[in-house]
Amino acid sequence: MGVVELISFVLMTAGGFCVFVGGVGVLRMPDLYTRMHAASVTDTAGLFLVATGLMLHAGWSLPLFKLVAILVFLLVTSPTAAYALANAAMLSGHPPAGVRDETVPSAGRDGETP
Amino acid sequence: MTLVFGVFLLTLLVIVAVAIVRSTNLFAAVMLSGIFSLLMAVNFFLLDAADVALTEAAVGAGVATVLFLSALALTAEHEQVRPGGAALQWLPLVVAFATGGLLIYATFQNPVIGDPNAPVHQHVAPWYLENTPELIDIPNVVTAVLGSFRGFDTLGEVFVVFTAGIGVLSILGLRHTLVEMTSAEIDARQRSLRHHLIPRVVGRGMVPFILLFALYVQFHGEYSPGGGFQAGAIAAAAIILYSLLEGDDRGRALVPEWLLQIMMASGALLFGGVGVVCMLLGGSFLDYSVLAEVPSEGQHLGLLLIELGVGITVSGVLLTVFHAFARRASR
Repeated sequence: MGVVELISFVLMTAGGFCVFVGGVGVLRMPDLYTRMHAASVTDTAGLFLVATGLMLHAGWSLPLFKLVAILVFLLVTSPTAAYALANAAMLSGHPPAGVRDETVPSAGRDGETP
Repeated sequence: MTLVFGVFLLTLLVIVAVAIVRSTNLFAAVMLSGIFSLLMAVNFFLLDAADVALTEAAVGAGVATVLFLSALALTAEHEQVRPGGAALQWLPLVVAFATGGLLIYATFQNPVIGDPNAPVHQHVAPWYLENTPELIDIPNVVTAVLGSFRGFDTLGEVFVVFTAGIGVLSILGLRHTLVEMTSAEIDARQRSLRHHLIPRVVGRGMVPFILLFALYVQFHGEYSPGGGFQAGAIAAAAIILYSLLEGDDRGRALVPEWLLQIMMASGALLFGGVGVVCMLLGGSFLDYSVLAEVPSEGQHLGLLLIELGVGITVSGVLLTVFHAFARRASR
């Protein structure tokens, strides 16, 4: 096994570990915001690691270009989706656990017009 | 390894299906059905049906979810619990279990998946695999079967999609009177959209790339998984994303409804027209070989044109259905 393959396997294992930690976080965190925090951060990190590992595996080829495209796409959209979800939850009146602040809108409207 | 993954996926599918049935929150049910479609797409991919997987992911998980959500905007968020329905619920359960049991019993007669001696691999499939390189000269046999060998079936499918579009239009109303929004309503909409600045900026940036990918899927269908159905759904998804972010009225300003209606009809007409031209040039209906000097060149030209027709009709119909729902919601 070459050095490049070894590095790629290490990266992919680390990525899988990140996603696993995210899954544990979703199960164990107390409310929506902390759960989403656990899921979105580890997801993005895990994705980055797995995709980089796969790129090392692919070498200079067409799959490498496709992986780069997928990586860029998901690196941009995944945090955006997490933000949109948390924002929608906040606007529709779900305050974070333990927050008793009057400035938190109790019954706002979510802004999406479906 | 594939077997383990397949069993894992099918277990997840059952769990998601039960969750859909048991959920009384309809938004959650719609999201779960999107997850169901995505799992199904992975499943198709495992079965080496990449073209079907792409369709399932684009239509089932993408566009259909948005259509369900915009239909839900017209009704309530929660399922209505019918009083005294508990006794009646046993009947569907018994019917479902009886049908499921019968189907499982029927699978005992089926050959094992991937068995080369199975009848499905002995009938016409070897002929298609053997003759595609010579007669049609494209690498993706699925496109060859779909567009050329069984072009008549695909023509029928396109007309099914076209008919579905007409059906939705005739139920939800082609002609409509737009209610003018008051300035307070416009202001409220603007205020609510400002909170979503990040999705708006990112989403708008994504639209051209999604359209580019749709064009790739459209015109690369002869070499890789893809084709008109998938490309039409992806292109429609790009415009729907724009409409969701910017408001339905701006989406309709981008692709006006008269254009959508022309697209719906012209794609199906293009497909049928290619068939008629083939007949006029002396061949059979949808026999593209007569379109050029070299028969395989004619097949290439014919496939390109009919895939284009499929893509135009599919995106036109999906966008029309979306607007038909969204227009009512914004009233």
